[in-house]
Parts: sequence; C-alpha cells; structure tokens
Amino acid sequence: MSAKDLSLTFTTNDGPVHALSQVDLEIGRGEFVSFIGPSGCGKTTFLRVIADLEKPTGGTITVNGMTPEQARLKRAYGYVFQAAALYPWRTIEKNVALPLEIMGFDKSQQKERVERTLALVNLTGFEQKYPWQLSGGMQQRASIARALSFDADLLLMDEPFGALDEIVRDHLNEQLLHLWESTNKTICFVTHSIPEAVYLSTKIVVMSPRPGRVTDVIDSPLPKERPLDIRESKEFLDIAQRVRDGLRAGHAYEV
Amino acid sequence: MSAGTSKFGNAFLPVTSILLVLLLLWYVFAYVMNAPFQRELDKRAGENPSFSELVIKTWSQPKPTMPAPHQVAQRLWKTVFGVKPWSKRSLVYHSGVTLSSTLLGFLMGTGLGLIIAIGIVYIPVLEKSFLPWIIASQTIPILAIAPMIIVVLASINITGILPKALISTYLSFFPVAVGMVKGLRSPEAMHLDLMRTYSASNAQIFWKLRIPASVPFFFTSIKVAIAASLVGAIVGELPTGAVAGIGSRLLAGSYYSQTIDIWAALIAGSVLAMLLIAAVSMLQSFTARMMGAQP
Repeated sequence: MSAKDLSLTFTTNDGPVHALSQVDLEIGRGEFVSFIGPSGCGKTTFLRVIADLEKPTGGTITVNGMTPEQARLKRAYGYVFQAAALYPWRTIEKNVALPLEIMGFDKSQQKERVERTLALVNLTGFEQKYPWQLSGGMQQRASIARALSFDADLLLMDEPFGALDEIVRDHLNEQLLHLWESTNKTICFVTHSIPEAVYLSTKIVVMSPRPGRVTDVIDSPLPKERPLDIRESKEFLDIAQRVRDGLRAGHAYEV
Repeated sequence: MSAGTSKFGNAFLPVTSILLVLLLLWYVFAYVMNAPFQRELDKRAGENPSFSELVIKTWSQPKPTMPAPHQVAQRLWKTVFGVKPWSKRSLVYHSGVTLSSTLLGFLMGTGLGLIIAIGIVYIPVLEKSFLPWIIASQTIPILAIAPMIIVVLASINITGILPKALISTYLSFFPVAVGMVKGLRSPEAMHLDLMRTYSASNAQIFWKLRIPASVPFFFTSIKVAIAASLVGAIVGELPTGAVAGIGSRLLAGSYYSQTIDIWAALIAGSVLAMLLIAAVSMLQSFTARMMGAQP
C-alpha cells in the first residue's frame, strides 16, 4: 500500500478542516502498522481513506496496486470498528456469516469459515448467543472474526480495543499478534496507546493534528515472537521513548 | 413470562380502583342527568316518590338520557350472549362486520404506508415534494371526507366493504409511513459503513440492515394504525346508513333514542380496539423474541 502527498479537507460551517495534509507512506505486505497520535490527528481518517469510506481531496493512494474504491469493490480488506458494531438481531454465528452471505459464499463454505474464524478468536461455543449476551471483549473478538471470515489480505482496525479495560486489552493484543503470525495478513491498526502500538507493530506511524500529518515513521527492531513481558525490555522502552518524542515534536501534547 | 405476570399483578390494583371510581361517578351522573325527566313523569302521574325511589327509577328508565352501567351491561350480555352470533341483533355479528373492513383497511394502509416510506427513504426528492401533501391529507377531517368517498364510490358501483376499508386505509397509512421513514433511517453510521466495506448492494443493505433495524418502529406504527383503522371503519358506517356494523348500531340507536344500544355499541367498539391492540402487542413480543431481543 502506498500513499503520496495525500490530503483530505473537510468543509464545515466553521471553515475547512485539514484532516490529512501531505501524507506520504509505504506499507509492505505482511506488515503490522500502528497509527498513533492524539485525537484529531487524522489517523482514523487515514484508515477510512484506505477503506474508501472517505475520498481524499488531493494526492494519490493505492491499495494492492488498486484505487481504494477498486480494492473495496474487490473486498480486499476487513474493517474492525471502534465498537463491535454487531447486528443485535443476529446471533454471533450469523453476524460472522454476514459478509459471507453478502459475498455469496455457499452454505457449507459459510459454516466452515464461521467455525474456523470463531475458533481463531476463541469464541467456539458462543455461536448461538446474541451480542448482548457477550462481554465487550468477546463482542469485539466476534467483530474481528467477522472481519477475518472472508480472508481478505488486509485488516484495518480502528481503535478496536479502545473501549476495553487494560486487562482484557492485554489479552486481546496477545491474541491479535498470534493471529497476525498465523495468517500473514497486513494489519493497519489505529490506537492512542503507546505501549499497545510498540508491542504490536513492525512499523509505527506517529501523527500530529492541525493539520493531520505524519511526523515520524519508526521501524521496530523487536522480534516477531513477542511475549507480554517484552514490554519491560530496553529495546521496547527505547522505541516507546522515540514515539513519545515524535508526539512531542508534533506539539501533540500542547492540545 | 414471570415479568409479564408480575407486571399484570402490579397493574391490577390501580386499574381496578380507577374502574370502581369511574363506575361510581357514572351512577352519580346517571342520576343527575335522568332526574329532571323522571320528576316530570312522576308529576304527571301524580306520584311523589321518596329520594331513594327516585334514584332507583332514574337508573331503570327505558330510554334514559344517560343509561346506568348495569343497564348497558345487561344489554351487552343480551346482544352478545343472548342471541345467535350471526343474528342481525347480535353485537358479535356487527363487530365482525366492522372488524372485516378494519382489517382490510389496515392491511391496505400498512402496505401503502410501507411503499411511501421506502419511496421517501430512497428517492430524496419525494421527501420535499410528497411529504407535505401526506401531512396535509391528515388535516382534513375524516368526518367531512368519509361521506364523499362513500357516495363517489357508490356512484361508480363500488359498494360494500371496500369504501369503508378505504377510509380506514386513509387513516392508517399515515402513522406507518412516518414511523417507517424513521425506522428505515435508524441504522447507525457504523452499521451502514460496515455494509459499505463489504461493497454490499442496495438490496442487501435494505433486507439485511434497514428492514431488521426498522422492526421496533414498525410495531409502534401499526399499533396506532390499527386503532385508527377501527375508527375509520366505524366512521365509514355512519354517513351511509349502513345496515350492519358498530357504526350502524350507533346510528340506529341515535335515530330511535335507544341510548342503551348506543352505549352497548360503544363498549363493543372499545373491546374490539383493545383486542386488536393486544393482538399486535403479542405479535410484537413474539417477533422481538425471534430476533433475540434482550428480555
């Protein structure tokens, strides 16, 4: 995926808002990229541009060599929202099957894929439950299963664990890393937690607001195999420090 | 289930107390309103009854200004259980006639309301051009337009159940149209974005998202619509001298000063309305259970 001089300006009643300004970025296949920055730095907007949920007003962006719209029409990515956004009238099984129904997978394929992806996020046994019967963390796992079920190469995640408590979040981060290792997908992950970004990523994109822009891109030297206690290591803390410096350089703390 | 019974249990005492107070007031009013005529009668007959005799007499006149509750209850009993249900004197028969045009009108109104709502949601220009007319249509008094509908349709040989049902349709499409516009637009932005990421077709978004999301709005709307349909059917029976139906009983009662008949027909109408609403509510809770709603 590659973005060149990408910008997006929203027109509002209070004048134009520069959500993204001159963003240049290259993301390789199989990378785990985190976007970090304070509110209003355009990290979610950037993800939505990749997903063709927003149209850029300037510059170019390609996803797998296609425009975002072509990529969307080809169903090249799975998107995980801030909230689980499960349909309350569907069981967990049916929610995970939703994209499969829409994309026209046959019944036996649907069943097999739902079973496989629910196992991947440790939700086997909850197929017949309705979303309100599950905890917030389980709901978010179900929504990840839904995004994985149709096997897109690219997974876009917009602060998926933002609303969860830290214990659940740690656990899900660990599971997400396993998932990424075992599926070899490219993951774009929006967060505003520094430890989360450093722990998960092979590449950290630090962004700052007004106008939304990239201030630093950090390639993480951490190994692919990452136990939770790697967060105490010297390398980890060094990267975290660099992220913090990047945020400060972007005046992110002055907000 | 247990929630249902306890809700009923909690409501039982307050509802009965109010009912008793109303009955008491009704008796008082029956005395007050019938007493002048009763005194006149007694004077002509040269009688001079005591107060308690007067009270009893005001509660048992054959054509009272205001019938007492037990008179209405007796008439109801006689015309519901005392005669064969298919007899012209049975309120069951008349309720059935009104019910059939209510239901036909309700179904047509719900269908029309749905079509209008889908039109407004998918064709934005309709909201500006069509919606004001729909709202205006409901400001016309139904009592004024009902006789015209019936007379105009009769002149082109459409008689029977359809003209009455059309009046019900006229009253019931509106709440469905307005409620379903809101219901079809109720999905959150995130749920719609999700469909977009799957590049789902409009038809898929409609059937898999908009329709299920609108179900609660649908039931709220049709509860209003079915009550309005009943009013429409009864009003439709009034201006034409219809031979059957609750409306015709009301009209016949007022022609012949049969106040007890009027009240009995009124109560039959209310019971019918309650049964219809109860039926819709049951369908609603059944659907909610089927759709996994949180109890």
